[in-house]
Amino acid sequence: MAEKILMKGNEALAESAIRAGCRCFFGYPITPQTEVAAYMAKRMAKEGGTYLQAESEIAAINMVYGAAAAGARAMTSSSSPGISLKGEGISYMAGADLPGVIVNIQRGGPGLGGIQPSQSDYWQATRATGHGDFHLIVLAPSTVQEMADDVFEAFDLADTYRTPVMILADGMLGQMMEPVVLPERKTEFPEKPWALTGHKNQRPHNIVNSLHLKPEDLERFSVERFERYETIKANEQRAETFLVDDAEIVLVAFGACARIARSAVNKAREAGINVGLIRPITLWPFPTDAIEASLGTACAVLTVEMNMGQMVDDVRLAVNGRVPVEFFGRAGGIIPTPAEVLANIEALAERCSAAKTGGDAR
Amino acid sequence: MKTVFERPHALCDVPFTYCPGCTHGITHRLVAEALDELGIEGTTIGVAPVGCSVLAYEFFACDMIQAAHGRAPAVATAIKRVNPANTVFTYQGDGDLASIGMAETVHAASRGDNITVIFVNNAIYGMTGGQMAPTSLAKQVTQTSPYGRDVSSDGFPIRVCEMLATLDGVALAQRVSMDTPRNVRAAKKAIKKAFEYQIEGVGYTIIEVVSTCPTNWGLAPTDAMEWLRENMLPHYPLGVYRDVKAEGFADVAEAALARDAEPECDPCTEPIEASEPPFEDAPGEVGSQAGDV
Ligand SMILES: Cc1ncc(C[n+]2csc(CCOP(=O)(O)OP(=O)(O)O)c2C)c(N)n1
Ligand code: SF4
Repeated sequence: MAEKILMKGNEALAESAIRAGCRCFFGYPITPQTEVAAYMAKRMAKEGGTYLQAESEIAAINMVYGAAAAGARAMTSSSSPGISLKGEGISYMAGADLPGVIVNIQRGGPGLGGIQPSQSDYWQATRATGHGDFHLIVLAPSTVQEMADDVFEAFDLADTYRTPVMILADGMLGQMMEPVVLPERKTEFPEKPWALTGHKNQRPHNIVNSLHLKPEDLERFSVERFERYETIKANEQRAETFLVDDAEIVLVAFGACARIARSAVNKAREAGINVGLIRPITLWPFPTDAIEASLGTACAVLTVEMNMGQMVDDVRLAVNGRVPVEFFGRAGGIIPTPAEVLANIEALAERCSAAKTGGDAR
Repeated sequence: MKTVFERPHALCDVPFTYCPGCTHGITHRLVAEALDELGIEGTTIGVAPVGCSVLAYEFFACDMIQAAHGRAPAVATAIKRVNPANTVFTYQGDGDLASIGMAETVHAASRGDNITVIFVNNAIYGMTGGQMAPTSLAKQVTQTSPYGRDVSSDGFPIRVCEMLATLDGVALAQRVSMDTPRNVRAAKKAIKKAFEYQIEGVGYTIIEVVSTCPTNWGLAPTDAMEWLRENMLPHYPLGVYRDVKAEGFADVAEAALARDAEPECDPCTEPIEASEPPFEDAPGEVGSQAGDV
């Protein structure tokens, strides 16, 4: 069995990326993700790869664009304000069908915001990381172990579907230390016949491009890309479920927030309330199927987030009016406490039982 | 029959999208001839910009990538580092290179990235229909400087070669022009030399091509050449602004060490007052977040 070691989330993620074959890392310092860059700076040269501190987040993501086009497994990481700058390059990567991994260790926003953990870039990650019609695969780890596991898998997902993949974590996961078992090194990688390596007069020249001046061409590429997104939706939705089978109240929470929600679920169960939790692991594609499947005995759904209510939109779409969907969140970098979540559960439970005896809760 | 003139192999057999009399076409040809003569078409990767030359990926027969506006140097930097054996060039206009992409330009040059930049300076934004560029001349009338570029509000035109030549990472910075057959031949030599330096690993090379935009200057092609000579060349003098090999150095690192050893100006005659040693205070614990935004 591989050894369990104590590591910081950011560092476990960085080491795991190297083991996944990441040989190019382009970064720019920003709290609370800087350890990723520092770790890469220490390790990458020894791995025969490239670490470069770019002049800006814009340059860093465009370096990922270039390195991915040249066939390398490439990654960049940043935190919220820096991810905004990366939007341009992410859109170009999506447009040119390039694989690559982007890590967002979120802090509170908008603007310069703060440096404490937050989940306020959910909309940006799942809706509009950049201009144009496109999606990213978005993975949301909730433990240091998953920081390592998700990034390891992200490179494969990126290559399989030729799409950028985002790890949407937050400052709490980046900064906390937990025991982790690091993945074994990956030794086999997919061929990339489309990559820019020089044609050596043996094949037609490869072009990596997102420009299609004829609207018909641009539409055709967009339609093709969205067909691929349908495959991703069918194959890659992931969620963890906890005590949902008999749940009257179903909590939905992701990332670090899911840990708090889980504590609240345990406390509520002790108090005799039937509560369960769904933790989306893929934020795009959103695990709609898992949420639908959990509604059997549900009377209400409660989403818990570290923002003003963003994922709740996707939950409402998944629930599709079958039961009421409530939201509880803290913003600005404040982490909700299990007690606060429990209070929300108790209030909902009361309403549910009142509805059962008195009629319709909806 | 002996063939005395033909399309360079490194150019695809497709019509250019450039306006009649635009020197983007000649510049493409010179780059392609250099690739042919050096036999590097099969190992070269070109980066197309945003601007009139955005479709360069359809014209050059080597592997090509199209970059976001101004970001070509960052893209080229990464490609070169993934595969140092490839020859990598960017082809950029003045808006692309000196406006939106100035940071990427300066930093690729300062890192001494072993890439070649072909910089087409036509003192205007061509593709978007003739707006002011950072290289537009003082008093030059453009769509967005309708009363002529007013340097007191719009700033001064940027001389890219002169500026980049101050950076240690630059191996070759040369300004050429397309206005006469003689200058075209000199441009060809410069472009080829830049690629040769890259192959030898000397460092960052940039060839600035003073070029025309007859369409947006509102001039016939021959008059545009005349305008270039009369107005652009005085502000953008042709010449070599930095050539570390001509100075006798093998590469930019060697040249930079020598520059440090011999300061170009006299040291300050005022005695520098002893001050507190820097970093007296602990710079903060590693990983500390205090005050770090
Ligand atoms: C981010 C972004 N901003 C603006 C544009 C619009 N745009 C297209 S070409 C261009 C100017 C290009 O001028 P230059 O680099 O001088 O090249 P030229 O067309 O003169 O050859 C601009 C501003 C864009 N495509 N992307
Ligand atoms: S608009 Fe100007 S720069 Fe562009 S192709 Fe026409 S003449 Fe050349």
